[in-house]
Amino acid sequence: MNDKLKAYFRTDHLPHIWCPGCGNGIVTAAIVRAIDDLGWSKDDTVFVSGIGCSSRAPGYLDFNTLHTTHGRALVFATGVKVARPDLNVIVITGDGDASAIGGNHLIHAARRNIDITTICFNNNIYGMTGGQYSPLSPTDSFASTAPYGNADRTFDLCRLVEAAGASYVARGTTYHVTPLTNMIRRGLEKKGFSFVEAMTACPVYFGRRNKLPTGVDLLNWQRDNAVPVSRAAKMEPEELAGKIVIGTFLDVEMPEYTETYERLLKEHAADRSGE
Amino acid sequence: MGETTRRLMQGNEAIVEAALVAGCRFFAGYPITPSTEIAELLAARLPQAGGRFIQMEDEIASMGAAIGASLTGTKSMTATSGPGFSLKQENLGFASLTEVPVVVVNVQRMGPSTGMPTAPSQGDIMQARWGTHGDHPVVAMAPASVGETYEATIKAFNISEALRVPVVILLDEVIGHMREGVEIPRAEDIQLLERKGPSTGPADHLPYADDGTGVPEMAPFGTGYRYHVTGLFHDETGFPDMSNATADTLMRRIMGKMERHRDVYEWTETTDTEDAEVLLVTYGSPAQAARSAIRRARREGMKVGEFRVVTVWPFPEERLRQLAGGVREIIVPEMNLGQLRLEVERVVAGRARVSGINRTDGDIFKPDEIYAGIREVYGGER
Amino acid sequence: MSSKELSAETPVRIDRSLCKACGICIAFCPKQVLEADEGAIAVVAHPEECIRCRMCELRCPDFAVTVRGDRGG
Ligand SMILES: Cc1ncc(C[n+]2csc(CCOP(=O)(O)OP(=O)(O)O)c2C)c(N)n1
Ligand code: SF4
Ligand code: SF4
Ligand code: SF4
Repeated sequence: MNDKLKAYFRTDHLPHIWCPGCGNGIVTAAIVRAIDDLGWSKDDTVFVSGIGCSSRAPGYLDFNTLHTTHGRALVFATGVKVARPDLNVIVITGDGDASAIGGNHLIHAARRNIDITTICFNNNIYGMTGGQYSPLSPTDSFASTAPYGNADRTFDLCRLVEAAGASYVARGTTYHVTPLTNMIRRGLEKKGFSFVEAMTACPVYFGRRNKLPTGVDLLNWQRDNAVPVSRAAKMEPEELAGKIVIGTFLDVEMPEYTETYERLLKEHAADRSGE
Repeated sequence: MGETTRRLMQGNEAIVEAALVAGCRFFAGYPITPSTEIAELLAARLPQAGGRFIQMEDEIASMGAAIGASLTGTKSMTATSGPGFSLKQENLGFASLTEVPVVVVNVQRMGPSTGMPTAPSQGDIMQARWGTHGDHPVVAMAPASVGETYEATIKAFNISEALRVPVVILLDEVIGHMREGVEIPRAEDIQLLERKGPSTGPADHLPYADDGTGVPEMAPFGTGYRYHVTGLFHDETGFPDMSNATADTLMRRIMGKMERHRDVYEWTETTDTEDAEVLLVTYGSPAQAARSAIRRARREGMKVGEFRVVTVWPFPEERLRQLAGGVREIIVPEMNLGQLRLEVERVVAGRARVSGINRTDGDIFKPDEIYAGIREVYGGER
Repeated sequence: MSSKELSAETPVRIDRSLCKACGICIAFCPKQVLEADEGAIAVVAHPEECIRCRMCELRCPDFAVTVRGDRGG
């Protein structure tokens, strides 16, 4: 293991539980590299995750780590951030965790623009429970609960989060790992709610059922289907079907929740004290 | 400071004032009748005390946020009523297993479902004990007056911090909204318990080790103790371990700590029990009507006593067993169709006959009804 | 091969205790530096070809690859 990485891992807990070729390790390492670039202190950084294969990542990281309930990482993270705004708070979540059971929390964390960075590990499937379709499974793809193909329409989570009011939204892939790392770093730096969707591979459940049975196949799939956001803007919706639009969708400065709260208290709470 | 003061306040207000005195500095909630005043008041009062308030998107979120805040070393609370209490259950179980102190107020209303939102009830007494899945430690208190609500709230924080266990305060709509004069104790007379911090440096800290008390030391996030908190079963390092031996050790420790520290949370009151033939087991607001009924029955020569439980869960088994040996009949008045009666029957185990006086129409007990119940039992054998 | 792996000049190191034999590093090495052994564990077959692009390290899901130094320093 690279010494730079080693400093941030609980190495005695490796190797991790993820399957051979699973992309979760690639994203996890990208997050660590981004943190290392920024020089963030491990003591002052909190990782919060939900439930799923991807949500096991914090257990391997030598930070303050909190592995919560399915879909709820953001609410625990909100409690941490409001109580200690000085801490860096990072949420790790799966596509099902973030978009199905946790979808409402995602909307509201983005709406508040609270200074939390959310990294969504999107493997297009429920990995932990054995390959059921998630809201981010492509229409027509196969899953254990979609033996005849997935009739659901797939969700563009980046657009949702953008509309909900986040400050930074981007999508990367594990194939394009260097740009992914840069997006994560930008997201971490951003004051406000930032969301990075990291396309990752579940060869065991998504891959096997969709003729992409190995990690290598899925990385090739990412490479062959990725379209940069600038190019996508010039493409017709039909041309974009089945493509993965990657890049930065939003990068703006907006008032952050905990700062706004502090400001309001300064402006209005003083005259009410002693009530 | 210095003087005891008397203040007229609602039960919900008593929760707020006492929580602040107890050191509560974080509240997350979602509006629901009849608990909403707690959130409204804390939105104003917490920042003045250096604390923080947040209105979340639902009760699941409120429960999670309160746990997250508590992990930073901040005493935290959330408040709700029936439908919201149902939503909180999964994360409440998370707090039980991960042993994160948190106080949950449930101002009970008539259910199930949306039920009668403004009507009082004690229908959540069993849910407070077994609402989340799995064996789990939890404390539930049911104060009988506004003054006692104040006291119970301070105690709830103390128990939660000392034993690292979620504590539920079960009010009902009557107490939540009733105004009563409350004797506010002098600051120096209030004893506060704090969670036990780590006794070693970060390198040697084992976040879930049993130091002999059954209650592990707890380091706040962001203070150099980088450890893992998970809702998976875990060993003393805090990391997941799915072995049968670890599961057994963990479950027996977290359940066992409750058994061992009964002195921290047990709170009962016995009145007129020395010569009692009939015993009322009461909790929550019906205890007030029961008290008048007992007084009247006594005046008329009936030997009636009262065993009032304030801390309902864990149930004061031993104490009731002792009392049950000396009486022939036990009556449990409840604003439900007989929930705590089940526990009383289990504990009494045939030592005395157990019956209930029950209301489930959304109205409160009048002393006459309970008196009539006592009479009936008495008359039956005389 | 194994002697090369341990030699000071070897730019790439595979931690065999971490490698899960997924083949990603091998498939995407632009210079075919890496090969699979009988157990599909990655081995450094042609270290002299390595251009230190680090893609193998960055894409290894198991943190098993270390590339020494950098192309651009
Ligand atoms: C309340 C609740 N419902 C369902 C589950 C079962 N469950 C565990 S993980 C999971 C889905 C995980 O999928 P995803 O979030 O995409 O993460 P992945 O495992 O693919 O990384 C489900 C449904 C649960 N743990 N809790
Ligand atoms: S099941 Fe899929 S997502 Fe889970 S560890 Fe295996 S490959 Fe990764
Ligand atoms: S990418 Fe990593 S785990 Fe996969 S074969 Fe190469 S060294 Fe082994
Ligand atoms: S650093 Fe680049 S060239 Fe060298 S082995 Fe790795 S992928 Fe191949």
